[in-house]
Amino acid sequence: MDTNKNSILSLSQSLLSILARNWALLFVLVLILIFSFTGINFFSYKNFQNIFHLSTIYLLLASSETFVIITGGIDLSVGFVMGLSSVLSATIMRELHAANFTPALSISIGSIVGLIVCIIPGLINGVLITKYRVPPFISTLGMGGIASGITLVMCEGFPVTFLPPYLTGIGNGYLIYILPGKAISFFNRPEGIAVEELRNLIRIIPNSLMFNFIIIFILWHILKNTKFGQHTYAIGGSMDAAVRAGINTNKHLIIIYTLSSFLAGLAGVFNVFQTGIGNFTPFTAMYELIAIAAVIIGGASLMGGKGRIFGSIIGVILLRIIENGLHLSGVDPFFRFIAVGLILIVAVVIDQLFPDLL
Amino acid sequence: MEYLIEVKNLTKRFGGLVAVDNVSMGVKEGEVVGLLGDNGAGKSTLIKMISGVYKPDGGKIFFEGKEVKIDSPIKALSIAIETLYQDLALAENLNVYSNIFLGREKLRKVLKFINVLDNNYMHDESKKVLKRLEIEVPSLRNRISTLSGGQRQAVAISRSIYWNAKLLIMDEPTAALGVTEQKKVLGLIRLLRSQGIGIIVISHQLYDVFSVSDRLVILRRGEKVAERNVKETNPDEVVSLIVGAEKVAQRSD
Repeated sequence: MDTNKNSILSLSQSLLSILARNWALLFVLVLILIFSFTGINFFSYKNFQNIFHLSTIYLLLASSETFVIITGGIDLSVGFVMGLSSVLSATIMRELHAANFTPALSISIGSIVGLIVCIIPGLINGVLITKYRVPPFISTLGMGGIASGITLVMCEGFPVTFLPPYLTGIGNGYLIYILPGKAISFFNRPEGIAVEELRNLIRIIPNSLMFNFIIIFILWHILKNTKFGQHTYAIGGSMDAAVRAGINTNKHLIIIYTLSSFLAGLAGVFNVFQTGIGNFTPFTAMYELIAIAAVIIGGASLMGGKGRIFGSIIGVILLRIIENGLHLSGVDPFFRFIAVGLILIVAVVIDQLFPDLL
Repeated sequence: MEYLIEVKNLTKRFGGLVAVDNVSMGVKEGEVVGLLGDNGAGKSTLIKMISGVYKPDGGKIFFEGKEVKIDSPIKALSIAIETLYQDLALAENLNVYSNIFLGREKLRKVLKFINVLDNNYMHDESKKVLKRLEIEVPSLRNRISTLSGGQRQAVAISRSIYWNAKLLIMDEPTAALGVTEQKKVLGLIRLLRSQGIGIIVISHQLYDVFSVSDRLVILRRGEKVAERNVKETNPDEVVSLIVGAEKVAQRSD
């Protein structure tokens, strides 16, 4: 009788912990169910593809934030570094294009310079945090402000336009195009397609999805299977243990913040490909809020030592589905921030209630 | 028998304070030396010089008969001196075998060029070392945070042993443990001794020290005041030596 009671208790406990560990995924399913009823055209292949496509920058920012948060740090500069790389690479592309360089050359040079320059803020953050003991919160907050200022000086507060052609063709392209019964093509639309037929064109797998997939796979691999990933968790779990085990923790953290900044830069460059202009990051965008919220929803702890790339991906998808679903249900877009804030807090509460979940 | 490690006239000053003053001692293979003294007697400073955390201001260290300069913890590790600190320094969020291999992970190649963690190898090797030490841990894939204090201690010890420690320095190995677990750790120390490892134990728990040590070295205010074979002394005498009561000098047996 007593053992029976105990087994029921332990069963319900393990059920509860499974529930707590996967609440984000469950919540995503519940949201999909609700929005399928309330949202117009929410439950469609096209819309889901769209959600992924438009989540690219968030996926990148959340993945990079995952590394930082696992070490017990935080990076508040990602959104503004993204804006910096976006504006910088777009400006270079525009100038080279205006100087009659080929589009391929101006796009390549612009992208590469944007990526390289975006390593710098992370590098500085890393050095400040490790060598000068500046708390990550302050260092990255300040760096975000600096990056934002430089960006606005560079673009004078306007998006950078007049960029070379083909940009959005790459950023918004699809792997496969099918015109039912007539044509199929890869990477480009079928030749000689009439305007009125465009509506019937089926687009499968956006380039952005493949791009995301590759980047996320690499980051997942680094975190899960490599020495670098193992040391990232160790540093978050116990700095002392890591130091005494002979890990060069300063070097490791500098790499982590540089990586974070680099991925933010990558998001910025991709943003240029997707929108065809160089976008600065307005202060109201709160990209870092979304990125951090996604990581925490994904099961990471701000205390460090916990977190998974796939968890963070689920976090991003959850937040994006809320935004998309509310939009398609006709809710005012400002409510999105309320929803994000609430869910972030719920996630942290769950983390506090079940500290042993990994 | 020759000493495994011998320190001669080791001195360490912090400003005007002489934390360790001209201390000489040695540990043989398969010998447990208890290092005793009140708070501030210089025990920790002494072992930190041996484990490479502090640099001595004077004196020499000989390891296996040769003079060595231990100027960093890595250097100490490289000549097989392992130190077990009181707080154990385990990463609680990692599992048992990851902790044993932390910083020295075993890798394998996938597709001939991608290095990945060889989890199976690390798991099996950890199992072997735990078996050698007769330690039972439910599963090596469990995180450290799920283990008891004694099990953690055991994991920390097996980490040192796996890397072929010749000298093991243990700072308060039984503090913060339950009675049963203290017994287990003491048993472990005896087992290590029987395997030929030299051990220095720092502890305030006289009972523990007496039950595992061969020799005791007693420090007071940075100086070595006495060295006794465990069989030729008793806790009363040792306490007097630690606190510096005058009576001791008059003992007449």
